[in-house]
Amino acid sequence: MSSSLVTVSYIAAIILFILSLGGLSNPESSRRGNLYGMIGMAIAVLATIFGPRVTGGGIAWIIVALLAGGTVGIYLARTVRMTQMPELVAFMHSMVGLAAMVVGYASYVDPTSTAGLSPAEHSIHSMEVYIGVLIGAVTLSGSVIAFGKLAGKISGAPLALPARHYLNLVGLLVVIWYGREFLNATSIEQGMTPLIIMSVIALLFGIHMVMAIGGADMPVVVSMLNSYSGWAAAATGFMLSNDLLIVTGALVGSSGAILSYIMCQAMNRHFISVIAGGFGSGGGTAPVAGGDAQPAGEVVPVSATETAELLKEARSVIIVPGYGMAVAQAQHTVYEITKFLREQGKTVRFGIHPVAGRMPGHMNVLLAEAKVPYDIVLEMDEINEDFPETDVSMIIGANDIVNPSAQDDPNSPIAGMPVLEVWKGKTSIVMKRSMASGYAGVDNPLFYKENNRMLFGDAKKMLDEVLAALKA
Amino acid sequence: MPQMIGVPKEVFPGERRVATVPEVVQKLIKLGFAVSVESGAGDAANISDDAYRAAGATIVDGAARVWAESDIVFKVRGPTAAEVGLLREGGTLVSFIWPAQNPELLQSLAARKATVLAMDSVPRISRAQKLDALSSMANIGGYRAVIEAAHHFGRFFTGQITAAGKVPPAKVFIIGAGVAGLAAIGAASGLGAIVRANDTRPEVADQIKSLGGDFVPVDYVEEGTGVGGYAKVMSEGFQKAQREVFAKQAKEVDIIITTALIPGKPAPKLITAEMVQSMKPGSIIVDMAAEQGGNCELTEPGKVVVKHGVTIIGYADLPSRLPTQASTLYATNLFRLSEELCKTKDGVIDVNMDDEVIRGTTVVKEGTVTWPPPAPKLSAAPAGAKPATAIVAPAAKKGHGHGGGAPMAAGTLAIMFAVAAVVFWFVGAYAPAAFLGHFTVFVLACFVGYMVVWNVTPALHTPLMSVTNAISSIIIIGALVQIAPPVAAVAGQGVRPDAIIRWLAVAGIGLTAINMFGGFAVTQRMLEMFRK
Repeated sequence: MSSSLVTVSYIAAIILFILSLGGLSNPESSRRGNLYGMIGMAIAVLATIFGPRVTGGGIAWIIVALLAGGTVGIYLARTVRMTQMPELVAFMHSMVGLAAMVVGYASYVDPTSTAGLSPAEHSIHSMEVYIGVLIGAVTLSGSVIAFGKLAGKISGAPLALPARHYLNLVGLLVVIWYGREFLNATSIEQGMTPLIIMSVIALLFGIHMVMAIGGADMPVVVSMLNSYSGWAAAATGFMLSNDLLIVTGALVGSSGAILSYIMCQAMNRHFISVIAGGFGSGGGTAPVAGGDAQPAGEVVPVSATETAELLKEARSVIIVPGYGMAVAQAQHTVYEITKFLREQGKTVRFGIHPVAGRMPGHMNVLLAEAKVPYDIVLEMDEINEDFPETDVSMIIGANDIVNPSAQDDPNSPIAGMPVLEVWKGKTSIVMKRSMASGYAGVDNPLFYKENNRMLFGDAKKMLDEVLAALKA
Repeated sequence: MPQMIGVPKEVFPGERRVATVPEVVQKLIKLGFAVSVESGAGDAANISDDAYRAAGATIVDGAARVWAESDIVFKVRGPTAAEVGLLREGGTLVSFIWPAQNPELLQSLAARKATVLAMDSVPRISRAQKLDALSSMANIGGYRAVIEAAHHFGRFFTGQITAAGKVPPAKVFIIGAGVAGLAAIGAASGLGAIVRANDTRPEVADQIKSLGGDFVPVDYVEEGTGVGGYAKVMSEGFQKAQREVFAKQAKEVDIIITTALIPGKPAPKLITAEMVQSMKPGSIIVDMAAEQGGNCELTEPGKVVVKHGVTIIGYADLPSRLPTQASTLYATNLFRLSEELCKTKDGVIDVNMDDEVIRGTTVVKEGTVTWPPPAPKLSAAPAGAKPATAIVAPAAKKGHGHGGGAPMAAGTLAIMFAVAAVVFWFVGAYAPAAFLGHFTVFVLACFVGYMVVWNVTPALHTPLMSVTNAISSIIIIGALVQIAPPVAAVAGQGVRPDAIIRWLAVAGIGLTAINMFGGFAVTQRMLEMFRK
């Protein structure tokens, strides 16, 4: 295969990748979109293997590595539970980060990659290596920590080291200093030390960055790491002068960046303040609300049977799921209840807040897994106007995303965050384990509203009881 | 030392309400207060002295003793001149006052060094709704207006087909869909009548429909919502169009209930003598604005009169005609106010002028007239008015952090352009040509990604992440080209450490393969689940 043919194949792959992302604009075309992605990837890999840059000696190695990695990957994909998707995605980001580091090191120790370059090109190449490894390392360690937090192996509470912003700043300065050393290095051996030191600092930085972020901000972190894995690929593309890598990396990078932006919007927070961390602490800086922010009124607990009665009498029901539903694995019971109510001729819909769960679109995936038809699963903006005409809204394991003080109380830490206006309906039922506040550490006046009922207990168990009472 | 709340018997002729009921007495005692009630205060509302006594109140004979012994006096109607004389020097009074209409009363209360809280001056904000006595009284009034109309009306409200013939349903037209108007709509449609209603505020149309009424619009565009969600005075043109609508309705309907009030102004004259004349004999008009002069030209306040064959009811005491209900609701409103006044629950009130609700309600503070209060900070958003804009407003500025508005956006934009310009200049000045080619591709790809990804539906954000993740495995190409490249034609600066590079590359390929196969497979698995 000539190098021109390889280039043409790369262009085809780029087009297929763009179509792949474009296909996700609606669920019908999305399956084809994924197929485009696979074909594009296959074309790119095959064109490279049979192209002039790979000689016959490497093919055996490549096949072995592909088989090994592919088996692991497919096994993971088959066995992962849908509630664990955030962990899997974080894990995969770390793979890309590690790969970017490995390729960066390999490229650096390969003298042929810089052979025949002018001094300016040589330093540009060194800089690309340096930056590529840097981004890769941050992605790697950040994703590993995010994985740990999402899987519950590391505490979700943010770790606030004293003077953490200065630590980061010092880290950055050291990285820049060694970057100069690295560029001035005359031999590979001489440049190795700065490169390794920088890698260590970047790894620490990644760990520190994600450790400082609270559990509720995980959607932002996951999409941000998604973005980083793209930039790591793009940096590698610059390093190897490969346009396919650059384009694909840029696509992925901007996709992740947009997702992070959407998530920040949904929480009414600035990207910088999320990354700076410390929010959602639940301790330490418990936000003190003003005197009249103390919610007035009484909490009215109800039983599963009473909940079933309310549902039986309702004509229209909106279900608002949150992370609690994922934790309790309650999505299948939710679907059973939905199916039963729909068979009774009631309107049942779902209202999804953009940051419900631990990953963008987390709730949609869970509901899809439970076979809830996607056309009754609506976004916040689509459904918010309908609450006044709704008889019962069921809030399953969600808190901050239905907190009216985001609108009413300008002193609230979540003031201005768009929320689902469940309190405008006739009745709302909040299913929660206890009266504890959400990740934002803010008391929720919704619980004290006259038209609100509380159903305490594990979401799955309670919903099972509600279902039994409905069918009785 | 707990403070004593005194409840004297109402002295206004025909007033049947009383300012507290036994259930509320219990709650007040729980707040730490002592309560004394004048003997016979609840008689007209069917509440006996024994009932009060059982709830823990002291029964006291004679109004003078109640006034003299109480730190705080709860009343319904504003005090008469004689009652002002009974009020203890420096005491506290809670009742309806109507400060705008009764400036002399305010002055005489101030002269007693009193603190006076006017239940008619509770600010119209969400938090104060539970102590909004005007609303609870208006609700009762609206209901009673329909009952009074039914009482004087010679026919059924509901349509029936009986063996003795067909009965057409009564047609009721309600002017003004405030709390009273809405209560009347609900009561009249509950009795089976055909209900129509009109209001100058177009946003109440949905509320009218929700209670079973038809909204009768006036074909004239003018926003009629004034301060605090109340109605305002409308323009000439509007009033003319409105009169035409009313004249047409007057000919068709059997019952008209008017509730149109504008705060601090005489009631607008909406039903002219000609309109009354055009109504069918036996028709009814209930003028709920009678006390403020009436919405109908022929209304005689406090009386029922028959003119041109139409019965015009001008009772000014409709809530008082449902005394038990009105007393219960009013007493509960007073209790909610007591809660606000006594947050420490020790039976001692604190008239905290920094509290928006208490500030608005207090018209005299220790002898100083504090009415009118400063303008409320926010209008009580008319329920269901424009929830959409309320959501969009914060959404629009979200991108720029806490409270950033449009001006800041321009500033940010300028900074971004400046940074971009510096970066581009730097790249252009120092980078070699080969790099520029790649840089062009990179920048354009970022924009393509930006455009494409905004089209992705939020429901598919998780698949988007896993597919972009799979696609980022393209980094595998970096490892592939390193594993066994053709020997470079140009002599390198050193020997290529083949083994190290190969192992690194194999590791890279393995890692990305996990990602590539895993990513696409899991995306496929997820997307399979999205079905209608």
